Amino acid sequence: MNPNLLLAIVLLPLAGAIIAGLGGRLVSRMAAAYVTIAGVAISCVLSLIVLKQIYWDGVPAFNGPVYTWLVSDGVTMQVGFLVDRLTALMMAVVTFVSLCVHVYTIGYMHDDPGFKRFFSYISLFTFSMLMLVMSNNFMQLFFGWEAVGVVSYLLIGFWYTRPSAIFANLKAFLVNRVGDFGFVLGIAGVLYYTGSLDYTAAFEAAPRIAQESFPLTSTTSVEALGLICILLFIGAMGKSAQVPLHVWLPDSMEGPTPISALIHAATMVTAGIFMVARMSPLFEHSELALNFVLIIGATTALFMGLLGIVNNDIKRVVAYSTLSQLGYMTVALGVSAYGAAIFHLMTHAFFKALLFLAAGSVIIGMHHEQDMRKMGGLAKYMPVTAVTCWIGALALIGTPFFSGFYSKDMIIEAAAASHRWAAPYAYWCVLIGVFVTALYTFRMLFLTFHGEERFRTAHAHAASHGGEGGHGESHGSADAHHHGGEPHESPPVVTVPLIALAIPSIFIGLFTVGPVLFGGYFGDSIFVLERNDVLAELGHEFHGPVAFALHGFITPTFWLALAGVVTAWVFFLWKPGLADRAAEALRPIRTILVNKYYFDWFNENVIARGSRLLGRALWRGGDQVLIDGALVNGTAATVGRFGGVVRLIQSGYLYSYAFWMFIGLAVLLGWFLLRS
Amino acid sequence: MQGFGLLSLLIWLPIVAGLVVLALGERNIAAGRWVALGASVATLLAAIPLATGFDTGTASYQFVERLPWIPAFNSYYALGVDGISLPLILLTAFMTIPVIVAGWNVIETRPAQYFASFLIMEGLMIGVFAAMDALLFYFFWEAMLIPMFLIIGVWGGPRRVYATIKFFLYTFFGSVFMLVALIYMYLKAGDYSIASFHALPLTLQEQIWIFLAFLLAFAVKVPMWPVHTWLPDAHVEAPTGGSVILAAIMLKMGGYGFLRFSLPIAPDASRELDLLIIALSLIAVIYIGFVALVQQDMKKLIAYSSIAHMGFVTLGAFVAYEILANTGGTQGAAMGMDGAMVQMISHGLVSGALFLCVGVMYDRLHSREISAYGGVINTMPKFAGFMVLFALANAGLPGTSGFVGEFLVILASFKANFWYALLAAVTLILGAAYTLWLVKRVIFGPVANEGVASMKDLNGREFAVLGVLAVAVLLLGVWPAPLLEMMRPSIENLVDLALRTKLSP
Repeated sequence: MNPNLLLAIVLLPLAGAIIAGLGGRLVSRMAAAYVTIAGVAISCVLSLIVLKQIYWDGVPAFNGPVYTWLVSDGVTMQVGFLVDRLTALMMAVVTFVSLCVHVYTIGYMHDDPGFKRFFSYISLFTFSMLMLVMSNNFMQLFFGWEAVGVVSYLLIGFWYTRPSAIFANLKAFLVNRVGDFGFVLGIAGVLYYTGSLDYTAAFEAAPRIAQESFPLTSTTSVEALGLICILLFIGAMGKSAQVPLHVWLPDSMEGPTPISALIHAATMVTAGIFMVARMSPLFEHSELALNFVLIIGATTALFMGLLGIVNNDIKRVVAYSTLSQLGYMTVALGVSAYGAAIFHLMTHAFFKALLFLAAGSVIIGMHHEQDMRKMGGLAKYMPVTAVTCWIGALALIGTPFFSGFYSKDMIIEAAAASHRWAAPYAYWCVLIGVFVTALYTFRMLFLTFHGEERFRTAHAHAASHGGEGGHGESHGSADAHHHGGEPHESPPVVTVPLIALAIPSIFIGLFTVGPVLFGGYFGDSIFVLERNDVLAELGHEFHGPVAFALHGFITPTFWLALAGVVTAWVFFLWKPGLADRAAEALRPIRTILVNKYYFDWFNENVIARGSRLLGRALWRGGDQVLIDGALVNGTAATVGRFGGVVRLIQSGYLYSYAFWMFIGLAVLLGWFLLRS
Repeated sequence: MQGFGLLSLLIWLPIVAGLVVLALGERNIAAGRWVALGASVATLLAAIPLATGFDTGTASYQFVERLPWIPAFNSYYALGVDGISLPLILLTAFMTIPVIVAGWNVIETRPAQYFASFLIMEGLMIGVFAAMDALLFYFFWEAMLIPMFLIIGVWGGPRRVYATIKFFLYTFFGSVFMLVALIYMYLKAGDYSIASFHALPLTLQEQIWIFLAFLLAFAVKVPMWPVHTWLPDAHVEAPTGGSVILAAIMLKMGGYGFLRFSLPIAPDASRELDLLIIALSLIAVIYIGFVALVQQDMKKLIAYSSIAHMGFVTLGAFVAYEILANTGGTQGAAMGMDGAMVQMISHGLVSGALFLCVGVMYDRLHSREISAYGGVINTMPKFAGFMVLFALANAGLPGTSGFVGEFLVILASFKANFWYALLAAVTLILGAAYTLWLVKRVIFGPVANEGVASMKDLNGREFAVLGVLAVAVLLLGVWPAPLLEMMRPSIENLVDLALRTKLSP
């Protein structure tokens, strides 16, 4: 493979970002759009060529340096690329999805004063994400890792005059930094044991490191590889929003909707999933780390899904759904079904982007209303949005034949087949999660598109409504529409991408499940120990996608999903009064859910406030009272008193000085005499 | 004996130019400004052959000059550079230019004296890094205080007298003990050459006393907790240029002192007392990080952030002994010291840039209070772009210079002890918290008041200054290899000197 080709894939979006961002008056609005789109489009085509070369033409994987970043203490840190089948797939997904956002943005951000800035950011994001997935070493991985975090920070705070947006972006960055804190220590651990930051060296050394134990204190030690993998995984927990570092993702919905769809659902948040899959040669050798991954993923999958049931903001329901689905992917990683995780990552990218854009369409149609309690019956007014949203929902809940079915069912089956000690817990979490997913998804569908048309009565209050549902997007092209009037279908610039995404949401699983999961697509880019290989076990029972889907109708998964749909129908469509009564009956549980398990409360009141209190205590108490007060100014005062004494000696009389000189000379002479 | 050369030019060119500016006086300030700018640019240009002609294959001093200075004390006017001092000299020559440009027509009272002070200080600071003779070093070290003392005292804020006295007493207090140590070693070695101090055999007891004397001098300069409280006061009162030089160059003298004097002269004492330094460094990173979080004054916040960042310098320098104790090898020791050096250079650029940013805002609204601002991005979008970039560099973002040093030090610390690395890595969270919270309150948000609404975006002069620094910060972040290559032999040599023993078996 030509390294210049790979370099072009990475640098074209960067060049676009620089031109659009720094071009100033030389670059007009549309020029900025076209330059960045051209850059990403070429990058996308080249990525597809790479995918073709590597999968169909059998070109071997590329692993080589670009330039030497630095050499310190004999350790060479390079910027370089590793492009194998896993990377090639990610490159294709990233550039394709990114290209979609670029095009969608022309329409969506048309009237925004930050139009060029937006293009610059999303191109910069593409560059960062490509650096992340194409890296062949930990240093560059960390670069890409933090760079996507920064672009996400800039994009969540894109509308920087909104207090909620700049709160959310700071929160997102800091929570991600907590993850990166673990990540950088994991990288340091890799260097400690291998003396190199290259993947190859680390992967080769993995079986050896697995034998070592790392002393944490003089008396206790832990499994070295387990420690390294868990530290690396903490980074993934930040980026892929796993409990308890998930808190930033729902708030990140303050950014423009295309960003929510494409960065905070389809690409960046999957970086953690990709990273663990990339590191499969390390994780495979540590049962400790994989069980840890499994527990975190399962907890996220179930408990974040539950939050979707009580939220009334349509975008946030989709955000909680994303958290839950990322949990599913993490469970797949935890049971060594890395391929299934990447497969779900891919299908999820399509149907979740679809759901987000559909939600955006609803928000535009409802004149910036995000509260589902003020919607209802919209199917009549927005047929295209409703139908595509239904398709996304059916894919999400895992209806047989839809893309989500293949990827999600495979994860559940893999959890059932795994022998890990945490696997039963994970299995029950993901299984109950199916019911929960169906419940919140169809609650959203029913509240939004069906039943009573509540917007007529509610709309009068919309203007004065604050809180979660109140952050309608008041920028963008949608700004042309003003409050009031009937809901309406969105213009083609919005509905066409919906249709475009709906098609793969239905079919992509059916066509790719065989080759990707059981056809050895990933080859040696993903490493699984034979005894852990649950996907191989499942492969024995896999007789083609159609048979698999037909079999899907008789599994408990299907009936749980159906039960979820029926429950949603009963509570939110058939007998809406029941929902309130159920909420009343389950008040304690509901309170916990509405408060999101008190994570935000804890972070804001204990961690943030505690840090400020500690800072103030150290500053006022430590610096000002103890050091300055007692030590410095105390010393100064002492010196002052001493000076008072000395002043008595410094009388200004010559005989006085002569006297003291004599005394001094005598003391000095005496000292020298005594010494010798 | 070699005569005057390039290093003398670098020292005396700015000093003579400073005197010329003084002689031109306040009436000819228009000419004086250009002389000042010309001299600072000429100094940087003169430093270029120093970098290009530097042989990266050897650890020995280059561009050596040696003339008798005070024959009675066997002291020489001896200058030379190695891989440790060269980057710092380049930094000094580089950072003086933005200071001159930033003060161009902003300084209204006695501008000629202002520019002259900075030029003279530049020469003296280069002298500190270039001196190979300890007495000459001490001369530059103390002489440098005078212009800084004047800069804060004359052009400073309302509490400038308190700040100057505190600054002067602190640094002078530390230096006196260093002088005692230098004289003691002179009496033993017979001359003031730093190289003969390196070779001087010393008992553990002697080394410990010498180490502690040096520690007082260098810890104050760095500054390390708990002798850091002069820095926030000095920064708050200093004019923008003073803060820039203070943060960018003066603090580095402490770090340089540890590398040039403490480690090679007292290696056994350094090994005995390394945990003290490591503990103080980690306190600086965490304690000071929390303190920075709650500052109301932008300059104080950046000052505290400087202390936290300099904690990485001392940590990187001293972690070598724990690496040796933990792994039994020296692998990783040089990485820590590399990290310390890169951190010094990077901090010079980033903190200098941040102080310039505060200066830009201060020139417009005459306030350093965070609460006086808000939504600056609305009226100053170009400025906001720079400020966000430097803030991210301060938070250690990969791709900027701020990342390189911290990364290397964390990697090296892990080899010594997992918990050192863990505590040092807390800076990833704290550094981002205090820096980006500052950005959130000052830069982002709706326009906070009429003052902010009236702010004009950067003019060409300010844009050029911040632009050059931004390029440097990014370049060093993306391609630090040349800097490390320049330092490599000297760092390896330093590791050898620092990890040997001076005690007779």
